[in-house]
Amino acid sequence: MVKALVLTGYGINCDYETKLAFELAGAEAKRVHINDIIAGEEKISDYNIIAFPGGFSYGDDLGSGRVLANKIKNARVNGEGLEKHIRKFIDDGNLIIGICNGFQALVKLGLLPAIGNKYFEQQASLIFNDSGKFEDRWVDLKVYENCIWTKEIEYISLPVRHGEGKFVASEDIIKKLFDKNLVACQYAGLLNEPTMEYPNNPNGSYEAIAAICDETGRIFGLMPHPEAFLFRENHPQWAFDKDSRNREGEKRTEEGDGLQIFRNAVDCFK
Amino acid sequence: MHRIEVIIKEEFNDARGKSIERDVKEDLGIDVRGVRVVDVYSTNAGFSGEELQRIAQGPLTDKIVQECLVDDAFSADGIILEIGYKPGVTDNVGATAREAVEDLLGRKLSKEEKFFTSKKLLISGALERKNIEKIANYLSNSLIERWRVGEALDLPVARLTGGNVNEISLDVPDEELTRISNERLLALNLQEMKAIKAYFSRPEVADERKKIRLANPTDAELESIAQTWSEHCKHKIFNAKIDYEGKTIDSLLKTRIFAATNEIRKKLGEKDFCVSVFTDNAGVIKFDEDNYIVFKVETHNSPSAAEPYGGSITGIVGVNRDPMGTGLGAKLIANTNVLCFGPPETPEENVPKGVLHPKRIFKGVRKGIEHGGNKSGIPTINGTVVFDDCYTARPLVYCGTLGIMPKEINGKPSEEKRINPGDYRIPGDYGDYIVMVGGRIGKDGIHGATQSSISHTDNVSSQHVQIGAPIVQKKMQDMLLVARDLGLYTAITDNGAGGLSSSVGEIAQLSNGFSMNLMHAPLKYEGLDPWEILVSEAQERMTVAVPKDKIDAFMKLSERHGVESTVLGRFNDSGKFHVAYGERTVTYIDMDFLHDGVPQMELEAEWTRPIFKEPELPAADDYTGTLMKILADLNICSKEWVVRQYDHEVQGNTIIKPLTGGCNDGPSDAAVIKPVPMSKKGLAVSNGINPRYMQIDAYRGTACSIDEAIRQIISVGGSLDKIALLDNFCWPSPIQDEKKNPDGKFKLAQLVRAAEACHNYSLSFMTPFISGKDSMSSDKTVEGKKYSIIPTILISAIGIMDDYRKAITMDVKRPDDLVYVVGKTKKELGGSVYFKINNAVGNSVPKVDAMKAKAIYDALPRAVEKELVASCHDCSDGGLAVALAESAFAGGHGMSIDLSRVPTNTARDDYILFSESQSRFVVTINPKNKEEFEKLMQGTDFACIGEVTYLDDFVIRGLNGNNVIESDICKLKEAWQSTLKW
Repeated sequence: MVKALVLTGYGINCDYETKLAFELAGAEAKRVHINDIIAGEEKISDYNIIAFPGGFSYGDDLGSGRVLANKIKNARVNGEGLEKHIRKFIDDGNLIIGICNGFQALVKLGLLPAIGNKYFEQQASLIFNDSGKFEDRWVDLKVYENCIWTKEIEYISLPVRHGEGKFVASEDIIKKLFDKNLVACQYAGLLNEPTMEYPNNPNGSYEAIAAICDETGRIFGLMPHPEAFLFRENHPQWAFDKDSRNREGEKRTEEGDGLQIFRNAVDCFK
Repeated sequence: MHRIEVIIKEEFNDARGKSIERDVKEDLGIDVRGVRVVDVYSTNAGFSGEELQRIAQGPLTDKIVQECLVDDAFSADGIILEIGYKPGVTDNVGATAREAVEDLLGRKLSKEEKFFTSKKLLISGALERKNIEKIANYLSNSLIERWRVGEALDLPVARLTGGNVNEISLDVPDEELTRISNERLLALNLQEMKAIKAYFSRPEVADERKKIRLANPTDAELESIAQTWSEHCKHKIFNAKIDYEGKTIDSLLKTRIFAATNEIRKKLGEKDFCVSVFTDNAGVIKFDEDNYIVFKVETHNSPSAAEPYGGSITGIVGVNRDPMGTGLGAKLIANTNVLCFGPPETPEENVPKGVLHPKRIFKGVRKGIEHGGNKSGIPTINGTVVFDDCYTARPLVYCGTLGIMPKEINGKPSEEKRINPGDYRIPGDYGDYIVMVGGRIGKDGIHGATQSSISHTDNVSSQHVQIGAPIVQKKMQDMLLVARDLGLYTAITDNGAGGLSSSVGEIAQLSNGFSMNLMHAPLKYEGLDPWEILVSEAQERMTVAVPKDKIDAFMKLSERHGVESTVLGRFNDSGKFHVAYGERTVTYIDMDFLHDGVPQMELEAEWTRPIFKEPELPAADDYTGTLMKILADLNICSKEWVVRQYDHEVQGNTIIKPLTGGCNDGPSDAAVIKPVPMSKKGLAVSNGINPRYMQIDAYRGTACSIDEAIRQIISVGGSLDKIALLDNFCWPSPIQDEKKNPDGKFKLAQLVRAAEACHNYSLSFMTPFISGKDSMSSDKTVEGKKYSIIPTILISAIGIMDDYRKAITMDVKRPDDLVYVVGKTKKELGGSVYFKINNAVGNSVPKVDAMKAKAIYDALPRAVEKELVASCHDCSDGGLAVALAESAFAGGHGMSIDLSRVPTNTARDDYILFSESQSRFVVTINPKNKEEFEKLMQGTDFACIGEVTYLDDFVIRGLNGNNVIESDICKLKEAWQSTLKW
């Protein structure tokens, strides 16, 4: 059975639904406190997937995801850096996902985008939304099938819920992200075209970047929340959709579109 | 001391700086050109130069977008303004920085080595000194913060001496007793002070005390009694003997609220879904076979008035601890909030001196609710904002939290707490451990419970102000849920009002006594007196009872989760409230006196119907402008600016979100969540409030709030079968005082009438009250002038739905659908928004006809169950016209409506359009379902009054056949959205 480790602790708060997402996708998932990993009671090598869920690790104090990244960077497990364990986990062909605050942590930890195989070197960042506000709104994403997690998805609608989601990097890094095909999702307008227009692009991200992956296509991070769309009724327009289907006598779908992302990950081990 | 300064590089957008620039321009009218924010970290720890560089370049600076300076300062042409906390104020970011530095260096810092944060603003251009001060005072709050222009702030180190215990002789004349109560902010009246005096002079009490070298009561004892006996904790007014219309009411709480619930439970018999009501920190009802739902709503009014952000964040994280401390503890699943403010455009000169401007309170409170909910990972699913001049001096902040807990935990009923007291007479046989979990104790929040029980005067103690730390609490809740499921504790309660004195004092009733030593209590800083440690309301703390054989596992788990837990003492069956500080006993009070010794108040109530001027409004030919004006009214307009900044769907269970419709911006009625992820059962949550009705008649007004809360649940597809209610009274003081409160009897009569409405209507609808709260001193005196709120009641409701997939939203779905109004429209415009925009109150306040309402609430859910209803919207403030307009523009279609078809007993267009008669809905259906729908609605007042149209035109024909409203949905929506588009 495919095993997924869902990180918890220090203000991570989307751990329950992220665990459920992996379970619905067919994995065996466990919520694991970061200190249990550091204490050596849980070994990441026992898992195939690590998820860094959304939330407010350390309250976003000092910048979103920074302090969690700092903790992981400096943690030692049985006298050896946790970094080393993570590096081995990656090299063994396993998968990592970071969602929202988890994405922020992965970027600040340097696991994404890690261009040139330079893991643990921060190359980009996520900063305050141009609006200056935290916002909860559903956005449309143009999706590229360049990583394991985004297979068979061209378009998806998901909620963003963040105050620091503006993806930024130097011109050089941005260019490389596109050259190497590492941009996995972009905020899109009505015609599924990448957009810089607020609120379709909710934070002013450079090049409308909402998600990226590393060069292996196995590490994936995104600001929107796929685990918040596991059921049809999560979508804000589900009641309209239900009404239409009732009128046309169509069968209702039960599943939410976000589930495919988790299924892609679990299926790649089968 | 070292300082590290961090700034965002020029090439990146400084969104925080831009927000400040915008706010200063909009709210102060001062034109500033460019603001940059510098994060400043100062520390008193002695790091090496190399360490400081590592700290600065490591966790404190994001090298991609920021740059930093160590022991050097960023400067700019223009003004440099630095804002930081005062000594002793919780500095969450500073605490996190310290933790990050420990992680970085791989060593623990000493207790004295601390980090402090401040914000330095680089403001471009020249500004007059007057304007700089204005900006500084706008961006900071003098209760908790200080600022300096042009130079750096020094370290905010608290320098206090503590450990003092004072004994206070009560063997003094009555005036002196009153003075003691007033000076110490005990909020005890003379009768109560005399009861305390009598207790301590009992010979057997004095004898016992002599043995442990105690004579007069200590400050800690008086403070503990004052906390336990506070209005906040004991509901003394609600439990008073009240003389009303020739009869004596012995406790409104027991004879009105509890009585109704008891009767309903009896009538429901096997169908009774209440589990634990009015006993624990929150109400508990059955949800499904395996789970209970826990619900509580609280207020946090005075702290929010003093420090809006800190007050509301502690309001929300504070009420979170109620479900967390109910039974064996619930997992938190949703927040709600209802906020009452003065109008944001209130002219400065109308704001009483020393009171923050309503707009500032609004913005600060909103931000606190955002951080309190979002950072805790709890979705904010429902709420509203009410504006009225009466809330300018006394804003109201109602915060509610829902939790879920399994029916059984480790084979034991989850709603029951147990404590093993041991036998204190056998040496060595002590009971369960008293363990405090979570945050540390500081001077923050001292006297919260007593302060909220007395009217505000000019001098609010700054100790009263608290700052929340949601992450400390989130870690604690995560850890406690694990501990609960492992059975590591057997009882839990929260440290809220009254701090340890209340939490330990109350929970120790299960063992009948306890003994604890405050020397063990973890402090934020040295220098607190024992009484302060005992009653401090410092946030994020729970008290648990841990069995002897579980204490090691509990403490280990706590450490693993990065949560501080401390053993403070042991529960026992000594019958004593026994607290020591080191070797010295500081309290030794009989538990039964503490909990049952408060004398019952005796009060008088006298009701005279107030008469308001009835407006004379001539009938008009066209009401389009009136509708626009009503839609733009603060109490009707879109609250998207508020709601969008709350996370309303974390946990992935929110089914009907606060904003809905084609563009996700229509106003939902109730919220619906599915608390058990893989179950089809849903939970609808709503709130009903209307102070404008209350000022005319508290009985009818309360009935309207009950009806509104229930109506909203019906509106989203809930049924009347399983709805539970919470009451929450915010009242001006109802205690008669010829000088200070000459109309106290009238206000008490309003309270009696409100409680009677709760009794009668909850019985009629068979919807039991399961919990409640009251705040009985919503007055403020400034420079001799008293400001009081209109008596305000919030009714919150939860309804269980069998299948959340049957839920419906308020937006119209398709053109050609038929539009129905359900419920009768009467000439009930007293307190309406229509009268309000015409500067009148009127007298014909809506009356809830419970029998007719019940018929509708029985019929409509059957139509929803059969999926005959396309949309349903509750018809409330602003009346039918507003409900129709909202449904139309939320769905993105026009409407064509004929008023002559509306069931009504009035013959004026404006009355039909804007009357606020209760128990009404606007429903749209697929024309195909007409026959079946109408059949199901037989026996109720309803009519098809028009249809949804393809185009945007929104047209209402009047009684004489001419159009009385002619507009389009885009214009209507714009009017509705423009008011609070900040």
